[in-house]
Amino acid sequence: MDAAAAIDELKGLSTQIEVIMVAGRDGAVTAATVDDARAARLGGLARDLVAGADSVRDDLGRDALAQLQAATPDGSVFVVLDGDRMAVATTGADPTVGLVFYDLKTLLRQLGAAEPAPAEPAAPAEAPADEGGADA
Amino acid sequence: MPKRRIWLGALLGAGSFAGTIFYRRRSARSRTRVDLYFDDGSMLSLATGSPDADRLLPIARDLLAEAG
Repeated sequence: MDAAAAIDELKGLSTQIEVIMVAGRDGAVTAATVDDARAARLGGLARDLVAGADSVRDDLGRDALAQLQAATPDGSVFVVLDGDRMAVATTGADPTVGLVFYDLKTLLRQLGAAEPAPAEPAAPAEAPADEGGADA
Repeated sequence: MPKRRIWLGALLGAGSFAGTIFYRRRSARSRTRVDLYFDDGSMLSLATGSPDADRLLPIARDLLAEAG
């Protein structure tokens, strides 16, 4: 399943999520439920939000950032990180936090499973058989 | 006597209105925060008013406005 199909499916299933986006941590958008121009702006803002949160994490000497929720009376922003990729969602006020995080993690897992496995590193060439023997 | 009742009613109404405003502001403030979750399973909640939250919340608000 590609990213666009996966986010469309999630948008259809979730009654709380308003906008969903999958992007790189650099803000480059892979797929979103909004038009390209808005998605690009959202990608940049999500990148800034994650970079700011990561700087807080760095200051505190904590483990790597896994996910975040920024909650305001008008709505919430959710970000789940998976390597260099992030899933971002917006909701209205007072969402079911665990459910939104679960949905975004499932989305990233689906996308990870759809990707081809990285190629195995080539095995080193075997040394030619020692003909004639080395024993003196 | 009726004049006193009117004053009492007005006072009660004003008190109730002020209480509602106070409650709404307080609950809005408690709802405004940034929760960070780390790989080790720990979580850090940055309440509004803290320097870190005040750096991150404007970005989140811009993002919500853009998502519209």
